Amino acid sequence: MQEPQTTGIQRRLWSFHGGIHVPDEKALSTGRPVARAPLPSLLTIPLRQHIGEPARPIVRVGDWVLKGQKIAEPEGWVSTPIHASSSGTVVVIEDRPIPHPSALVAPCIVIRTNGLDEWAKLPKPLDNYRELDPALVRERIRWAGIVGLGGAAFPTSIKLDPGPRLPVRTLIVNGAECEPYISCDDMLMRECAGDIIRGASILMHLLHARECLIGIEDNKPVAIEAMRLAVAESDIKESTRVCTIPTLYPSGGEKQLIRILTGDEVPTSVIPAQIGILCQNVATLAAIAQAVLAGKPLISRYVTMSGRGLRAPRNFEVLIGTPIADLIRAAGGLAGDVRKLVLGGPMMGFTLDSDQVPITKAANCVLALSEEEAPDPGPALACIRCGKCAEVCPANLLPQQMYWYARSKDLEKVQDYNLFDCIECGCCAQVCPSHIPLVQYYRYAKTESWAREREKRAADRARARHEAKEARLARLEQERKDKLKRKKEALSKKPTAGKAGDGSGGTATTEDPKKAAIEAARKRAAAKKAALAEQGIGPKNVQGLTPSQQRQIDAAENRRQAPAAATTKGTGED
Amino acid sequence: MAGIILSSPHTIRPNRVDWLMLQVILALIPGILALIWYFGWGVAINLVLASLFAVLVEAAALKLRRRPPLTTLRDLSALVTAMLFAIAVPPTLPWWLTLMGMVFAIGVTKQLYGGLGYNPFNPAMAGYVFLLVSYPLAMTNWLPPHMLAEHSLGFLDSARLIFTGSPPHELGWDAISMATPLDEMRTQLAQNRMIEEIRASQLWGDFGGRGWEWVGNWFLLGGLFLLWRRVISWHIPVSMLLGLLLIAGFFWSLDPQTHPFPAFHMFSGGTILGAFFIATDPVTSCTTRKGQIIFGASIGVLIFVIRTWGGYPDAVAFAVLLMNIAAPTIDYYTQPRVFGHGKGSE
Repeated sequence: MQEPQTTGIQRRLWSFHGGIHVPDEKALSTGRPVARAPLPSLLTIPLRQHIGEPARPIVRVGDWVLKGQKIAEPEGWVSTPIHASSSGTVVVIEDRPIPHPSALVAPCIVIRTNGLDEWAKLPKPLDNYRELDPALVRERIRWAGIVGLGGAAFPTSIKLDPGPRLPVRTLIVNGAECEPYISCDDMLMRECAGDIIRGASILMHLLHARECLIGIEDNKPVAIEAMRLAVAESDIKESTRVCTIPTLYPSGGEKQLIRILTGDEVPTSVIPAQIGILCQNVATLAAIAQAVLAGKPLISRYVTMSGRGLRAPRNFEVLIGTPIADLIRAAGGLAGDVRKLVLGGPMMGFTLDSDQVPITKAANCVLALSEEEAPDPGPALACIRCGKCAEVCPANLLPQQMYWYARSKDLEKVQDYNLFDCIECGCCAQVCPSHIPLVQYYRYAKTESWAREREKRAADRARARHEAKEARLARLEQERKDKLKRKKEALSKKPTAGKAGDGSGGTATTEDPKKAAIEAARKRAAAKKAALAEQGIGPKNVQGLTPSQQRQIDAAENRRQAPAAATTKGTGED
Repeated sequence: MAGIILSSPHTIRPNRVDWLMLQVILALIPGILALIWYFGWGVAINLVLASLFAVLVEAAALKLRRRPPLTTLRDLSALVTAMLFAIAVPPTLPWWLTLMGMVFAIGVTKQLYGGLGYNPFNPAMAGYVFLLVSYPLAMTNWLPPHMLAEHSLGFLDSARLIFTGSPPHELGWDAISMATPLDEMRTQLAQNRMIEEIRASQLWGDFGGRGWEWVGNWFLLGGLFLLWRRVISWHIPVSMLLGLLLIAGFFWSLDPQTHPFPAFHMFSGGTILGAFFIATDPVTSCTTRKGQIIFGASIGVLIFVIRTWGGYPDAVAFAVLLMNIAAPTIDYYTQPRVFGHGKGSE
């Protein structure tokens, strides 16, 4: 096999602080080729599988849907559409358990599949994307419902549009896959390297990036070879390098990988685009290629089924919405003593309460861990301040100080120690001799800080509203007083003005034309009445009244006059 | 099926506190054997007594604090404290002083402050200093190493000495005890004698006192084991020894006749034990790398200062305790640059 040219140049690599070596356990699941997971009878498709607002369903219960048909529209900017993963009938749209650390329920569209896997009419491929408006290509990527498949699930189309002020110079392709056990990216690179590189090519074009760096850990030699071949055959071979990086957890963290490949540190709390870098996971790139060049939406993904609790661990191509129980069955079923089910890798994943939850776009791995590979860490002991955590922290934080303050709920202090630079990789907890669940404390401190921030913002808003209301009431009161004052002044002037310009009505009309008009109308009515009375044509029902009737009429007339005067006053006030 | 909910990571955790402590205990063994070899059974009896008292005091304190004693006792930290204490005190120390030392070390210094991890002071050293200040005589009744001893004490003699306080064979204390090399050097220097004269005595070996210097070597072996096992990092021991050697070397180069050779400081008293086993106590030392170097170097300098100009012949315990107070502040001012903060390294 001829060595592609690009492999000749080995770029310099950089390193980040800390990191740990953990048994990678990849061989458990890479021994068998990727299989297509059997079509489940029920697909449970959550409406929120991404960061942002949940999508809004556009199908109704009983609707017949086809594979790839859009079934939910994005709600707002940070959101994505959802597509049916197979053909069938919508049986229910309701809250169902979703994969979540707290075992939450959330709205899902449930489809009973008909087994035909019949495709909907797909939009036509954008083979000529180079001649198209980049916005059109981004729109296609948004339509396809593509989110970051490395785990974050942020809508990709938004990430691809950092704006003209943040030009992207380098596209980084994340094939590091540093978490133990997970091998779905490895298998994808082995089997679909072409798609990944085509996706990279599309992004290079969209972003006008100058170079593309592909980072893969050196424990995946087959994938590295496949990717090098694919690059050599691609139209971006001049500007693309496949970089073999040392296996060290967490080198697949976005900021860590950027540091390794470019030597740049992404400043705290900004996106990499700020320093001209955009990072994409390999699976996301393959999905982009499928969307742009085949018109296919994101309805399936590679999922690693691994752990010693499974009889036949392997990777599957899984339709989004497939219940995890089905995948466990497909992977040979559970073998004996399964200690826990984990979604994601052992370092950052979370335990699943039930196997009835579906695979979502973000789900890259399901682990059935046996007792011996994930033993109970036992009760947490006191921190002995050994500092092992600080030694391994890839963000160079002081985890034990953060733990100390998180534990005492001193949220300000824990933020002083840069809590929000923590990427929750779990290195600190992994090496802690006291088995303190450190990451849990940081997650707690983060959510608590966010909650306080929200409360504070809500309180600020409420205060601002209250102050605005007070100000408005004060202003209205002031205006009313001013008006009263002006009116009083006008009234006190009026007699003189009336005498001076009687008949002309000049002063009165300028003062209050409405009042003058009413006055004029009343005069006209009185004059008319008088004229009619003179002619003897008064209202018939007031003729020939008894004195008591006349008194009643007079009283009613008086009552009528009084509110009328009040109304006139009221109108004047407003 | 329903699993259990536990926070990540979901893996085997390779480190355990009790395993770390056990390695410290293992690393102490060569030095302890050397001590017993040179200074007799009293060392062994003290070790057993101190360990026993430490466990009892810790269990009682935990009971009072309503904590489950077994989970805490299993971390072996009380045993490490007891052993360090027993190594530091003279092999003739009466049993009740060992008990008082342990009550102060474990009961007061450790448990009153909240137990393992919360104590600002090194418990073993606090217990040692407490006795040294309160019972200076008993705390300086050291024995000579066996090759210099006129009367060597057997197991029963040592036991009798420790439990009844009376020297064997109707001998006086003066007949069996001997000043430590540091004490000797200090006394002689105070009498304005030259180093050359002082070292002419048969008490001295290559670097420090005969016998004594070898104990240091065996503790060094244990220390290297801890470094190799990564139980401790090199920062504190190396900076502490360097700090001591540099300041001792500086004064020695000024006047070699009134200041002993720097290696004397290294292989006398508790220097090696202190550098690898005491100053490295994670709970009471600095945790940042830069802080550890400052912490270690300061202890080295303080040891020299106290030995040379202070009131006590040895200074490791005082130097360590003094720096224990400073550790949190040093940590605060030596925080590492967090990823993405300030300028990148490129």
